[in-house]
Amino acid sequence: MTDLRTHAAEIAEQFSDHLDVDEDDIEERLDNLVNEYKVPVDEARRSVVNHYLDEAGLERDAIRAGGGGSQAVEVSDIDEDEQWVDITVKLVELWEPRSDSISQVGLLGDESGTIKFVSFTTSELPELKEGSVYSLQNVVTDEYQGRYSVKLNRTTTITELDEDIEVGDDSVSVEGAFVDIQSGSGLIKRCPEEGCTRVLQNGRCSEHGNVEGEFDLRIKGVLDNGNEVQEIIFNKEMTEELTGITLEEAKQMAMDALDTTIVADEMAEDVLGRYYRVSGPTLGRYVLVNEFEQLTGPVDAEAVLIKARSM
Amino acid sequence: MSQSAPTREVARRVFAQEFNDAAYTFKESDDERAPVYLLLPSGAQANRVFLVGTLTEKEDVGEDNEYWRGRIVDPTGTFFVYAGQYQPEAASALRELDAPSYVSIVGKPRTYETDDGTVNVSVRPESISKVDAATRDRWVVETAERTLERVDRFEEEGNEYGRMAREQYDLPVDSYRQAAIAALQSLETTDELEVEA
Repeated sequence: MTDLRTHAAEIAEQFSDHLDVDEDDIEERLDNLVNEYKVPVDEARRSVVNHYLDEAGLERDAIRAGGGGSQAVEVSDIDEDEQWVDITVKLVELWEPRSDSISQVGLLGDESGTIKFVSFTTSELPELKEGSVYSLQNVVTDEYQGRYSVKLNRTTTITELDEDIEVGDDSVSVEGAFVDIQSGSGLIKRCPEEGCTRVLQNGRCSEHGNVEGEFDLRIKGVLDNGNEVQEIIFNKEMTEELTGITLEEAKQMAMDALDTTIVADEMAEDVLGRYYRVSGPTLGRYVLVNEFEQLTGPVDAEAVLIKARSM
Repeated sequence: MSQSAPTREVARRVFAQEFNDAAYTFKESDDERAPVYLLLPSGAQANRVFLVGTLTEKEDVGEDNEYWRGRIVDPTGTFFVYAGQYQPEAASALRELDAPSYVSIVGKPRTYETDDGTVNVSVRPESISKVDAATRDRWVVETAERTLERVDRFEEEGNEYGRMAREQYDLPVDSYRQAAIAALQSLETTDELEVEA
């Protein structure tokens, strides 16, 4: 195959889901630009791709990334923004989309661990089912505050596989005294822009400016065992379970007090200075709590006493 | 100078006897805002402590403004805790708590040199919570463990805080092991009494 033939084949592959394009036709267009008009190959290729995009009425991001295509990776290997990758994963759990523009959001996992995914309504992709295993080709990685996720898009091909994956347990378990509730805890507002969910500071999203926020509950806390500290995050459900304060009650409390900070203060009273064991996946420097237990049972003083006497 | 975000200081577990023996404070950099550490005599630096004990007395010792002093008793001695207008949550917690009750405190060590040159150590609380007996017992066992770990490492080569403690204090480190043993035994006695009752 000539170079142009290879390029033509790649372009045809890019459009394979959308247009029935003929490789000869592509090659001819490339040849005309490159050999007749002395356009560099990259530019010629771009021009030809644009031609077919027009023809199909597609946006550029709707076709597969050209040149090299995407690479098969394990989810724990994802550590770079805006990479096109292929993953084989099990849908561990679906979450409630925060916006109409999101068709599905949740957690995918393979042997190496788990990663968040988002699928947008505009991509018109088939819905994924919890517990099923899929080969997802051409998803894009995304990064937010050191946390990685993947975005499905119009070019993503979804193949359901008839197999099971033992999803890697990247969750950790830590215990210690609950020594602090950090700012940004309690009743918070999040940016309502699609796919954003950033926590607002004084009504402002760092990305989208002044927005009408959506209320949410969370706790950013610190567990401390006397040797090490571990920062932990309780989402709305876990916060409600931990404190017994629901989002509705929190809103009411804030309204009565004309002050949202009262919610975090109230929560602090319930949890600070007690011992907990929490477990969940780690994200950046945080453990995202999906299970917790207050440690109230008896402790084994005898074992420590034996050690002390033997020293 | 590249500097990562300051990491949070761990809250040391230390019994009152050892805490009150401490007097020497130091910084690890010349930066004005660098954390101040209290050197524990068993060889560790403490910028923060976590303690659980019995609030036995509380008193507003302030003149113009509220300034609460609490006595928190553990199996080995008494912690003194002071909270005023700059610790509003802790001050109001002290105001509202009844003595006696079990409390847990996260706070910063503070030293104060009296006219005769002795150094008093106290705790400036970040938070005070009313807790139950199980939490207190867990703290005693945990604090015994952490204390024993420090005593065990005290003479170890490369333990710079052990070395610093030997230079700054003339205190027998084994007394902290014995205090830990006594504290643990105090729990066992209580358990037995409960069983008999």
